[in-house]
Amino acid sequence: MNGRRLAGLITKETLQIFRDPSALGIAFILPLFLLLLFGFGVSLNAEHVPIGVVADHPNPTTDPLVAALRHSRYFEVRPLAGLGPARDLLSRREIDAILWLRNDFARQTLTEAPATIGLIVNGTDANTARLVQGYVLQAWMIWLAQQNQAAARPLGLSVALQFRIWFNPALRSQDYLVPGLIAIIMTLIGALLTALVVAREWERGTMEALMAAPVTMAEILAGKLLPYFVLGMGGMALSVALAVFVFAVPLHGSVLILALASALFMLVALGMGLLISSLARIQFVAGQIAIVVTFLPAFILSGFVFDIRSMPAPVQMITRILPARYFVSILQSVFLAGDVWSVILPDMAVLAVMATFFLGVTLARSRKRLD
Amino acid sequence: MWGRLIALIHKEFLALLRDKASRFVLIGPPLIQLLVFSYAATFDLSNIAFVVVNDDPGLAGRQLLARLTGAPSFHEIATLPSTDGIAAFIDSGRALMAVHIERDFTRDLLAGRPGPVQIIIDGRNSNTATIALNYANDIVLAFAADWAASHGTAPPPASLITRAWYNPDLLSRWFVVPGIVGLLTFVVTILVSALSVVRERESGTYDQLLVSPYRPWEILLGKAIPGFLIGGAEAALITAAAMLWFRVPLTGNPLALALGLALFLISAIGIGLMISALAATQQQGLLGAFLFLVPAIILSGFATPIANMPVAVQYLTLMNPMRYLMVILRGAFLEGDGIRALANQYWPLAVLGLASMTTAAWLVRRRMY
Amino acid sequence: MAEPVGADALVFAGVSKVFGAGRARITALDDLSLAIKAGRVTGLLGPDGAGKTTMIRLAAGLLRADRGRVHVLGQNITKTARAVQQRIGYMPQRFGLYEDLTVQENLDLYARLQGLARAGRLARYAELLKLTALGPFRARPAGKLSGGMKQKLGLACALLRIPEFLLLDEPTVGVDPISRRELWHIIAALRAEGVSVLVSTAYLDEAERCDDVVLLDRGRALAQADPAAMESALQGRCFRVTHPTTPRRALQQTLLAQLPVLEARLDATSVHVLLAPDTTPPDITGAAWQGVAARFADVFVDRLHARRPAHARAEATAPATPRESEVVLEVRGLNRFFGDFHAVRDIEFTVKRGEVFGLLGANGAGKTTTFRMLCGLLPASSGSLLVAGQNLLKAPAEARRQIGYVAQKFSLYGTLSVAQNLAFFAAAYGLRGERRGRRLAWAEEEFELGPFQAMNAGDLPLGYKQRLALACALLHEPPILFLDEPTSGVDPLTRSEFWQRINHYAAAGTTVLVTTHFMDEAEYCDHLLLMSLGAALAAGTPAEIRAAAASAENPDPSMEDAFIALIAAHEQTIRRAA
Repeated sequence: MNGRRLAGLITKETLQIFRDPSALGIAFILPLFLLLLFGFGVSLNAEHVPIGVVADHPNPTTDPLVAALRHSRYFEVRPLAGLGPARDLLSRREIDAILWLRNDFARQTLTEAPATIGLIVNGTDANTARLVQGYVLQAWMIWLAQQNQAAARPLGLSVALQFRIWFNPALRSQDYLVPGLIAIIMTLIGALLTALVVAREWERGTMEALMAAPVTMAEILAGKLLPYFVLGMGGMALSVALAVFVFAVPLHGSVLILALASALFMLVALGMGLLISSLARIQFVAGQIAIVVTFLPAFILSGFVFDIRSMPAPVQMITRILPARYFVSILQSVFLAGDVWSVILPDMAVLAVMATFFLGVTLARSRKRLD
Repeated sequence: MWGRLIALIHKEFLALLRDKASRFVLIGPPLIQLLVFSYAATFDLSNIAFVVVNDDPGLAGRQLLARLTGAPSFHEIATLPSTDGIAAFIDSGRALMAVHIERDFTRDLLAGRPGPVQIIIDGRNSNTATIALNYANDIVLAFAADWAASHGTAPPPASLITRAWYNPDLLSRWFVVPGIVGLLTFVVTILVSALSVVRERESGTYDQLLVSPYRPWEILLGKAIPGFLIGGAEAALITAAAMLWFRVPLTGNPLALALGLALFLISAIGIGLMISALAATQQQGLLGAFLFLVPAIILSGFATPIANMPVAVQYLTLMNPMRYLMVILRGAFLEGDGIRALANQYWPLAVLGLASMTTAAWLVRRRMY
Repeated sequence: MAEPVGADALVFAGVSKVFGAGRARITALDDLSLAIKAGRVTGLLGPDGAGKTTMIRLAAGLLRADRGRVHVLGQNITKTARAVQQRIGYMPQRFGLYEDLTVQENLDLYARLQGLARAGRLARYAELLKLTALGPFRARPAGKLSGGMKQKLGLACALLRIPEFLLLDEPTVGVDPISRRELWHIIAALRAEGVSVLVSTAYLDEAERCDDVVLLDRGRALAQADPAAMESALQGRCFRVTHPTTPRRALQQTLLAQLPVLEARLDATSVHVLLAPDTTPPDITGAAWQGVAARFADVFVDRLHARRPAHARAEATAPATPRESEVVLEVRGLNRFFGDFHAVRDIEFTVKRGEVFGLLGANGAGKTTTFRMLCGLLPASSGSLLVAGQNLLKAPAEARRQIGYVAQKFSLYGTLSVAQNLAFFAAAYGLRGERRGRRLAWAEEEFELGPFQAMNAGDLPLGYKQRLALACALLHEPPILFLDEPTSGVDPLTRSEFWQRINHYAAAGTTVLVTTHFMDEAEYCDHLLLMSLGAALAAGTPAEIRAAAASAENPDPSMEDAFIALIAAHEQTIRRAA
């Protein structure tokens, strides 16, 4: 490596980044756009679920249950006159669930035979349906406890179940979506942007002039790598700042570890981008490949939205070759759990191996020739 | 005149299908996405790894544990001597959950007092945590009810019985797969139409068309009809795959589904052509399509309910054709809806289709220069 | 071949290079052996696909030969690519400039890549900016330079460290005549400093400026010699033919139909003819034959055994009597602005039926903008345009049946086969039944497209793309034909063949409007409009324009001389006005 030549290449690349709005757009506007979209647009916590309550004969026994639902931030209670209208509303998707207290409910609770409460949920969206079911269950248990206290009789419920949720006690979906999103953004900057800018040099014929100059291939690659590394880390810093200050995601781990892991992942992403561009010399094709092999898998298979533990075993095997999977895991831990070495060290080791692999293969494949 | 229009459509098909790269764009990604989404995009937990700390020497503790280990979704990976070891398992992600049965569990139960059980859950993925929590809750409640029944203690004054309509087993796949029909139709249609005009403009053949005796509306139809046919074929294919391969029942009226898809395709093509008319290069067209598709998919109710979004965003989704299609697809597949039940989804699609096609026609005419 | 001697700048020994695999295999260089002497300017000429670019890239170490050895400046390039690259200068076809970087930033980059020390750089910049006259534009982005300025900047970047051997790949394509001349002055100055130069070119007249010429065809060297020697070998075979009554174009058609005539080109006032070896001028009543010196174009045609288009061999069509009075195209006070940029200024001209009308000018002169306004592809900012009495932008779609259109770069559906392209355009113009069959058969025969029917239009050789584009434009027998830069990037043989066809259709009564940046093609037009920076420089017949530029020191200027003189005069008026 010759310092003067490398400095020349880096200066050129930096000037180009600042002259070309699309590079800055991918590095800074896109993260902003995606973070705002996901941070505000996507929530897996159902709140204010419209629920129809059919109480055939409202009375003092059922009132507390309805009140418990009404006071819950999860529900929006709509009292309904009968099961018939309730069914109609459910099939018209105006309510997501029906809680049906039969007309003999109050009488039954006084007898030995347990009364039944019917809960009908719209199961189309299975996930929301399960959430609704869980929320109703919680409301119901609170009501049970109240009933038993009021009646001063032994608790009908024989197990005192106590849940402790570590790392994210409020179960805010943003807290896990936003850190995962950072991995997606870094993939876009590292792989997509790099693949595009190298392909652009091929398309415009400047690569040919570079190669005819007395530079080494390692210098050309380093001249691409360093500026985009800095750019990517800038995008990363922006995303972390947004996550912490706008979306109030707690950052329990150390910033140093975060920076170190991001640097490693950035190298992997840049390595993938450079490798793609050594295969495809047209921006259109390079862009397509980058989206299909880096962005889409990072989106779906990295554990960013869909938990890898829920996937079938063969799919889980595939996720093991995805760099984004390891970075998402580090991010979710560093943000929510802290510096958990048993997660961070193995994941960072895998990332380091992958970075070496992609950069090594790129260097080995790149010859200073056009054929 | 019809002969000329047919020639235009025929040419469009040839241009799309003869080229290896564009043939791949039509067939490859949809297939991959269908498989990956259908298998990977699930919130169902089938394998909850948990560790156990059982401080209770009695019978009841063992019975409760037997229920947990016997449940198909749960999988015990270790029994720990004390709670000190839990953190190591949860932190590293090896276990999602830890169950701690306290020392007096059996004694309390026999004495008619509630026996204390503690469950610790890894909340890093809040959705997974919520679901695991619900599963565990169900099992523990069932145990409690049975214990009460068999030991003559007073049963709880009421029991909760849940029925899930339309998807009795609450399978995520039933929810996701119909959504994919819409997703892939959307992506393919937008890509085909967003690149159609700009591809010709870039290669210079668009000028060639403009100096021919074709009228602007003929050129527009010549672009729209192939997109419609390809989008329709894609939708039919994936619907068939959903029914035959993934076994999602089509309970509603197939005509209601077809009508919804047709209306949706018109608005999607209109939007694609708008992007195409505004783009100067194929790359801009692709970028434009991407920038439109990502928010349109995320804000469509495909993966997360629109009702969970902030109110302002919910109003924004009213302009998203994908939003209506999602309701139509799930209505027709799972909820047994017919044309009348979906009328409220049809007319906004029709309005969007008309608006987008008109705008596209105006833009295409304007961008001729 | 023996180890290279010190006096050779470049030695190819049995070099072969094949691209692609399977059916798409293309042999670019086929067992090529040659040596290029040091200290000389060597021109590399040949038709498209002859292997010129491949040869230069091999010499620059950008490609590796499949077989054989390449020695540059006495070193084996495969083994010591980087050492050689320190000693050579290379300018690729598209100049290799970063368009979003300024002139100075481009120079800085290549200076650093060449390893120039900071101290030496400034002096060298000053020299190069003086040589290329780019001094005032140092802060301008390279993308905003004119074609000629880009070419000079590209050259300056290749010359930062004074190379021992300079490789230039088609440096003059699409560049205006003044810049071309300046480039050749720079090359001459470099040779005086002892730099060896290898330059490939599509302009045959440039061959005469070289010390040596290599003629390449299908990856083999056909000849290598001093251009003057090559020309003198054709002594006695070149004639200047005139006829008192027949117009030049008709005369050319008649001459081409004669067997011994290898080539007949239109000249200022006569037809230039090259005869086959050992033949005598055919007997044409009234024609006056006058022996003249050969030009390099003759050498090119002779060595490459030009294949002549089918119709030229057939009976020459009797020219339809042009109804001189009938105006087909009329342009008055035409202006076009793009934002603040005044792209076309007050253009006026008329074209009569059966005329070939040329819009000439360098890239960026406003030819294509004018052309697009005529076709109705772009609205005019002001002024009136009438094509067959109508403004095509506003006229009903049916009016467009009047015109045939060939776009720049031969825009066809690249993924459709030749037959599918023809069938589509036949349908687009509403050809049906017997007429459709007849016209499709005509296109196949006239343009010799038969063997290519099933091939994708995008994979056709450039010359055939041009033919197919012309075929598609002529299927519906339009009375007016619009051609935008139909010869750009096409080799000299194909260009000459193309003009023979155009003359043929014009003779049959088709009105042709054509744009070109090749000044020598002006001779093929009946009337011309010379454009520069959006404005008309001169209008009239080629003879009138040349006469207007005649001066004491150059009484018989070529069209290129005329253009340069007119531009110089025009720039002076602008300067005086400013």
